[in-house]
Amino acid sequence: MLRIHCPLCGERPYTEFRYGGDAGKHRPVHGAGGIEAWHDHLFLFENAKGPHREFWQHVQGCRQWLIAVRDTATNIVADVALARDARGLEPQGPGER
Amino acid sequence: MSAGSHRVRAGGRIDRNEPRVFSLDGRRLTGYRGDTLASALLAAGVSVVGRSFKYHRPRGFVTAGVDEPNGLFTLGEGGRAEPNAQGTVVQLTDGLRAASQNAWPSVRFDWGAVNSWIAPVLQAGFYYKTFMGPTRRAWMFYERFIRRAAGLGAARHDPDPDRYDTHYLFTDVLVIGAGPAGLSAALAAGRSGARVLLIEQDGLLGGTLLSDPVTGQTEPWRARLEAELQSLPEVRILRHTTALGVYDGNTAILLTRRDHCAPDPGNGEALQILTSVRAKAVIHSTGATERPLVFPDNDRPGVMMASAVRTYLNRYAVACGRHAVVLTNNDSAYAAAFDLAPQIDRVTVVDVRRALHPALTAKAASLGVEVHAATAVTGVLGRTRVRGVTLTPIDGARSRSAPCDLLCVSGGWSPMVHLSSHGGIRPRYQADSAAFVPGGYAPGHFGAGALTGRFSLGEAVQTGWRAGLRAAAECGFERVSADPPAEPEGVAPWDTANHRIEPVWALGGARAGKAFVDFQNDVTVRDLAIAHQEGYESVEHLKRFTTLGMGTDQGKTSNINALAIMAGLRGIELPEAGTTTFRPPFVPARLGALAGRHVGQHFRPVRRSPLHAWHLGHGAQMIEAGPWLRPWYYRWAGETVERAYLEEMRRVREAVGLSDVSTLGKIDVQGPDAAEFLDRLYVNGFARLPVGKARYGVMLNDAGTILDDGTTTRLAETRYFMTTTTAGAAEVMSWLEFLVQTAWPELRVHVSSVTDEWAGIAVAGPKARAVLERALPGWDVSNEALPHMGCLEIEWDRMPVRLIRLSFSGELAYELYVPADYGTAFWEHLLSSGEPFGIRPYGLEALASLRIEKGHVAGAEVDPRLTLNDLGLGRMARPEKPFIGRELAARPLLDSPERPSLVGLECLEPGQRLRGGAILFAASDELKGHGRGYVTSVTWSPTLGKFIALGFYAGGLRHVGEEIVCAFPLYGERVRARITSPVFLDPKGERLHA
Repeated sequence: MLRIHCPLCGERPYTEFRYGGDAGKHRPVHGAGGIEAWHDHLFLFENAKGPHREFWQHVQGCRQWLIAVRDTATNIVADVALARDARGLEPQGPGER
Repeated sequence: MSAGSHRVRAGGRIDRNEPRVFSLDGRRLTGYRGDTLASALLAAGVSVVGRSFKYHRPRGFVTAGVDEPNGLFTLGEGGRAEPNAQGTVVQLTDGLRAASQNAWPSVRFDWGAVNSWIAPVLQAGFYYKTFMGPTRRAWMFYERFIRRAAGLGAARHDPDPDRYDTHYLFTDVLVIGAGPAGLSAALAAGRSGARVLLIEQDGLLGGTLLSDPVTGQTEPWRARLEAELQSLPEVRILRHTTALGVYDGNTAILLTRRDHCAPDPGNGEALQILTSVRAKAVIHSTGATERPLVFPDNDRPGVMMASAVRTYLNRYAVACGRHAVVLTNNDSAYAAAFDLAPQIDRVTVVDVRRALHPALTAKAASLGVEVHAATAVTGVLGRTRVRGVTLTPIDGARSRSAPCDLLCVSGGWSPMVHLSSHGGIRPRYQADSAAFVPGGYAPGHFGAGALTGRFSLGEAVQTGWRAGLRAAAECGFERVSADPPAEPEGVAPWDTANHRIEPVWALGGARAGKAFVDFQNDVTVRDLAIAHQEGYESVEHLKRFTTLGMGTDQGKTSNINALAIMAGLRGIELPEAGTTTFRPPFVPARLGALAGRHVGQHFRPVRRSPLHAWHLGHGAQMIEAGPWLRPWYYRWAGETVERAYLEEMRRVREAVGLSDVSTLGKIDVQGPDAAEFLDRLYVNGFARLPVGKARYGVMLNDAGTILDDGTTTRLAETRYFMTTTTAGAAEVMSWLEFLVQTAWPELRVHVSSVTDEWAGIAVAGPKARAVLERALPGWDVSNEALPHMGCLEIEWDRMPVRLIRLSFSGELAYELYVPADYGTAFWEHLLSSGEPFGIRPYGLEALASLRIEKGHVAGAEVDPRLTLNDLGLGRMARPEKPFIGRELAARPLLDSPERPSLVGLECLEPGQRLRGGAILFAASDELKGHGRGYVTSVTWSPTLGKFIALGFYAGGLRHVGEEIVCAFPLYGERVRARITSPVFLDPKGERLHA
């Protein structure tokens, strides 16, 4: 690692980014998940060895949140995409107006 | 022996025409350019250079390089003093001042040596057991004595006056180590056209070749390669440069020492340079270090590594003794014996092996070197200097003693696997060379030379060449010259890949006398046996129990011997025992070098408000608030903060003041779904907030505890102006972006930080409206047109002004936001408009005290460990409306009425004060433990004439009126106080609604 390929800014030092946690789980739908769902989302992690989907934000660049697939054993980042484009993220429910 | 008598008359790589005057413990000595501190001291006949860590045994130099465990000095004085510098790598410069360590009054006569008599107490596990066991209390007592008695150099307390730089380099091929393998590799890669960075910790290139006679047959080869490398335009060579670590992404951190340049910090010259280098390929040609053999009293001054003795002789023209015994289990040590023989009185080889290479014995005979095969050294005579050795035949025949003043030892060679292991690749044991070698290489990394466990010169040249070609190819450079460099001539017939080693790990068994494994930390064979007996068998446990390998040398000479001895005790094979984990840095690094120029004000960027220059020009005393510099108080109100803030508060309470609130985080929230977005974000609702109105909001994190608070104003149907706390601004912005981009991408909303775009000015006090009426003629700012929590977007001098009526102080107050560039002009306009009303600026201290009187939470109260209820804000949340954190805020324990919650406190003892951080107890409680709560914010209230505070108390406002005790054990204070409402002033809000 030590460098992350930002889809918008190119390859940049990791110090320009902030880590944002596990991106492999689905955030409970706003207002719908119960206490258990939120507990599991917030406090239970796989801590897997191998490819790991994780959030990174390019805070000192384009400010975009990214999803990177990093191998936790080798630190090699296989893939980086904008979080809003990344596959596997389900929509979080319609606006409740 | 008289000073200088150890210097050989001719030869070496020192310049006899350039003397260098230096001192050791105030004693004036002279060496030459090209010397290290160690070689100059050895030349001067200084044999005892330090006292050992625990037992204070006299110690001399053992090695000639970065693996030196004993010869540590403090260099320089005052803020420049550098403790634990290895004399073996310190270049001798004019005026160098060295001091020996860990001895009082001197290394030759040291009181601490009484530790030798109480040695049985200080054996392995002493520290471990005293810390962990029931003897902990005894440790508290003995600690100060033991810390004085055992230790190395002392850290300094003065600021470091030297300057350090940080560089960034990029290269195709990084070659670490410029021995024969590294030179060969760099040449192969360099000839291909690749950019090559060759680094060498020494000031000269050549590695082990530098230990050959300068008139010998390898020197022309070395010089030819160096010359060609220097002629290649894409090859860059960094001398005096050590790789501290190799990291992911082919990144290496290098440290370049520039002591020999005598850099002048006043002139901006760096003493050391830390370089981060990114390479496409990395060649590890880090070589190997010679291992000691373990036998009783093997730490006596004059017992040295054979290769080091040879280096001192050939490179520095120093004969370390006149009568040498060479103890070995492999062929490499014979080079030392053969080079010494013509130069000193007598050389005897003691070889533990039975069968010796005939070429060796023939050559020995021709040089008059006596060779004893199948014999071991099992004891050393002499205390401050070797006087003789005990020779014991392996087959058990009688021991005899032999006189000598130098014992050269070789237990084989340990490849320097540190850097190649930093990425997590564990070394593997290669039995035929009795060595741990890299267990593999990261992609794009290659090994060459002695690191691979192949120790001959021919192998070094060949493996280096191949690694260089492969590394260049990795970067897309195919070789242009097919010819490898011819190997150096005159390679001895016994220079085989493994030196025909027959490993032996401990000689002499558990006989009397201490057989040292780790010289620097005083770990003996007996300590290893104790560790084994107590069950600390695994390498990681062994290390921590005995402190083996935990010195500044990180066990470079000791690790393998210890592992092998422990494997023997456990009856397992060495590879099964494994190694401890190798971590950066490879050699100790100064903190100054790691910090580079990020010191003092450059430690982190300072943020300044657009009004900063005005504050400085008008008597503001500034204070750091997070990354910001803010006015603390103004001198118009007093010369000290204690006087000034009271005067500033009085001005706000009685007339009007203004303060700079530009540091608040400001976020522009726009879009058709902006209202929905804020409704989800804040615990309270914002969708139904009318346009032109402001509302105080609190946000929670997903865990249901406090994230931040602030005021958000609806500027239009689809546009809000959010403010956050100064401290929380960056975090909140990032969180909003997370929600918009990842959690709720369906919401049509954009968030932008506008913190730097707007200057913010608070105008507070009963005369605030009068000031605005005068400052903004033509705009209706009456109570009807602009009620509390109202907002107007107006203009002054064709410039937009956001005018929001809200109060932090509890007074009639406004916040005005203008474009940052106009901040100072508008601030001055407000001041001049307010002059008839007595307007004055007030600083952060007054701001904070005003809000404490009003009971507004801020700073220490906006704590992510706390809940809405803890802050007394539970009623803000509307449970029917979903908001972030709603679910986990309902966790049963977070809801407990016994949690400490926000209260006010008033001091009941005149002449006493309350303190932030004080622990709260009920009047009847024993003052013990964590109490029932704590104080977060304190001020003297000029309005109430007493100390007041905000804090958290179990059960909160149910205890209003009760008398409690505020304890501050650090100062032995206990002060009586009464619990009150946190709102000390104007609880009905009449002032702010005026």
